Amino acid sequence: MAVTKVVMPKLSEQMEAGKVIKWLKKEGDRVQSGDILAEVETDKADVEMEAFGSGVLRKILVSAGDKAPVGALIGVIAEEGDDINAVVAQAGGGAPSAAASSAGAKPAMADRPAAVPPQPKSEDHAERTPSPSKGPESPGIRRAQETVAQQPAVTEMAPRPQAPAAADGGRVKASPLARKIAAQSGVDLKLVHGSGPGGRIVRRDVEAAAAAPAAAAAPSAAAPSPALRPVTPTVTGPEYEDVALSTMRAAIAKRMPLSKAPVPHFYVTSEVAMDRAWELREELNGLEGQPKISVNDLVIRTCALTLLHHPGVNASFQGESIRVFHRVHMGIAVALEEGLITPVLRDAHAKTLAQIAVEARDLAERARQRKLRTQELSGATFSISNLGMFDVRDFSAIINPPEGAILAVGSVRKVPVVTDEGLGVGRRMAMTISCDHRVMDGAMGARFLQDVKRLLEEPLRLLV
Amino acid sequence: MAVMTYREALNLALREEMRRDPDVFVIGEEVGLYEGAYKVTQGLLKEFGPKRIVDTPIAESGFTGVGIGAAMVGLRPVVEMMTFNFALLALDQIVNSAAKLNYMSGGQYNVPIVIRGPGGPAHQLAAQHSQSMEVYFYHVPGLKVVRPSTPMDAKGLLKSAIRDDNPVIFIESETLYNVKGEVSEDPDFLVPLGQAAVRREGTDVTVIAYMGMMYRAMEAAEELAKDGISVEIVDPRTLQPLDTETIIRSVRKTHRAVVVEAGAGFAGMGSEIATEITEEAFDDLDAPVARVTGAQAPMPYARSLERLKTPTKEKIADAIRQVCYANGSR
Repeated sequence: MAVTKVVMPKLSEQMEAGKVIKWLKKEGDRVQSGDILAEVETDKADVEMEAFGSGVLRKILVSAGDKAPVGALIGVIAEEGDDINAVVAQAGGGAPSAAASSAGAKPAMADRPAAVPPQPKSEDHAERTPSPSKGPESPGIRRAQETVAQQPAVTEMAPRPQAPAAADGGRVKASPLARKIAAQSGVDLKLVHGSGPGGRIVRRDVEAAAAAPAAAAAPSAAAPSPALRPVTPTVTGPEYEDVALSTMRAAIAKRMPLSKAPVPHFYVTSEVAMDRAWELREELNGLEGQPKISVNDLVIRTCALTLLHHPGVNASFQGESIRVFHRVHMGIAVALEEGLITPVLRDAHAKTLAQIAVEARDLAERARQRKLRTQELSGATFSISNLGMFDVRDFSAIINPPEGAILAVGSVRKVPVVTDEGLGVGRRMAMTISCDHRVMDGAMGARFLQDVKRLLEEPLRLLV
Repeated sequence: MAVMTYREALNLALREEMRRDPDVFVIGEEVGLYEGAYKVTQGLLKEFGPKRIVDTPIAESGFTGVGIGAAMVGLRPVVEMMTFNFALLALDQIVNSAAKLNYMSGGQYNVPIVIRGPGGPAHQLAAQHSQSMEVYFYHVPGLKVVRPSTPMDAKGLLKSAIRDDNPVIFIESETLYNVKGEVSEDPDFLVPLGQAAVRREGTDVTVIAYMGMMYRAMEAAEELAKDGISVEIVDPRTLQPLDTETIIRSVRKTHRAVVVEAGAGFAGMGSEIATEITEEAFDDLDAPVARVTGAQAPMPYARSLERLKTPTKEKIADAIRQVCYANGSR
């Protein structure tokens, strides 16, 4: 006898609201704990939302296509006979617009104070809807649903009602052991659901998170490179149209000024002789049974190894301190039709070229399918953005905070070069590092780049 | 090995030590002719005579002082408190003389005395006779404090206490006197002071408990085993010096701890052990150390209220589930 509140889960650190893409269960359906209830679109990925209680999906408060703020009640699971009016009414503050737009929520509306002004329909609920008084719950999909026992706890030792673990979005509550294991296994506690009292993350939660398979690379047919379509100039129709921001575009629009304005960028550019790296790559790719290595894989491996010797570049500005990372989690910018996403290749410094090639391809493919897990989208210590495939000589990238630097990589181009014998043809690649001046200075960035260049020009070192 | 009661084991320990060392003698109320209020000294007067089994008036401060004086000049007295509640009357002798003379005399005097008798709550003995008296003593530098839970330990620890050159507070239990168990008949068998015993091996949680609470924890562990919770039980046996090493080793293995004590929890053994664990094994903990203690109230006489005040098997099991996150908190 329990009512399970289905609330909009917080699926990433930046997530403030999410859109219900579709409900996979309808009102009146019986659901078991673990069933997929709905698909939710966040600013980064589409995520399936599980049920964490069993019973009947009694009410859907946010219909498909609508948005709701994180923590807002979007549905209720209960037994047939259970009275859910109180729960629905309580949620009035959480998802009023949704409730208003759903005729089924009338009884709940009746319970709400008359003083609540009617909410305008449509538009961006996320901006208008007040957050529930508790504030957004701490990250973690599982906590998205709160099972409320309808009867008083039986024994005095029964757990107290779950409070949000990090209601202020700040400190994550975790047992000391859980912290230790998380640090050892590279699990980001912010992304782990705590199953202990008050949402405390305990050992079993971290172990479960660490054991979650790193996704067997589902080899799907490589997306065909977008063919050049002839563009017919339009001569009829309206002069312009306003296209609504996709969730991802909105996130990028919101996030980039947050980087460019407060983070004082500086840029250092260098050019690498890629002849030997190119040959090496050709040779490796000629081997049977080996994954294809891209230029970017070489760059990832090079940067990961070099960063270990330049921890000052593998660092993040923390306000009162600079956090220097001793491991390299490499963010890899992946261009999508509608925007950009930066999946994270963890522990890149400890992986071989072949491993990097396989994982980077898998991340990119799943990024395009929007099938990345939330934990694969955060925690990078450094990023690489490569526009080489677009015949770009060089460019500079915007840092993705809280990272301290990003490397922008251009195309490998055949250019005339001066050799001892005279004039020859060489392959050259330009790269530009954008650095956070609060973390490092020009010389640090330059020294790092110099070592990257050196390593790429002696690429056999990448194999040892 | 022989099976005998806790009471018989204590009696055997006294007998063996008195036979081994003529300096050992017993002094207290009703220890001789009456053979002890709880019959621990049964037969001793007959075997060792009135010079070594000394009956005293009802004057705890007096005969404890006599014992301390005798210890200072080289004897090895065993002072019996009819119950440890009465030791309060001798507290000044114990705390200010027995515990401190070695220090204050610059090592010129040892006080090799054992003060023994039953303590802790029994059944419906009410507020003045149901107290965990060890708390008054283990706080005092200079005293050793022993609480033996089994017949084997009762014998082995009492013999070690008698042979120890420091004052030892040795608190037995009325509820354990009739507990039977295997006991070594080897006169050289000793259980060293300051060594805890792992009573039951487990992997999920460490329960630290002694005396009656240890037995209740064992029952709770049996019950929880059915739910798949594997409980390890550590019996400290000696509270001062406390074998933190064994406790910490166990907690490092199980990552969770519950301390059980019969007396009130405030500043009790549970507080001390919980702190030691936090200091030594913080990063190994997956849950806060839980305490199951008596309520902060005098022991009521009524049976139902007595049960409410006291840690029960159910309360212990609940606390274990709680630290294992196994009581529906998922």
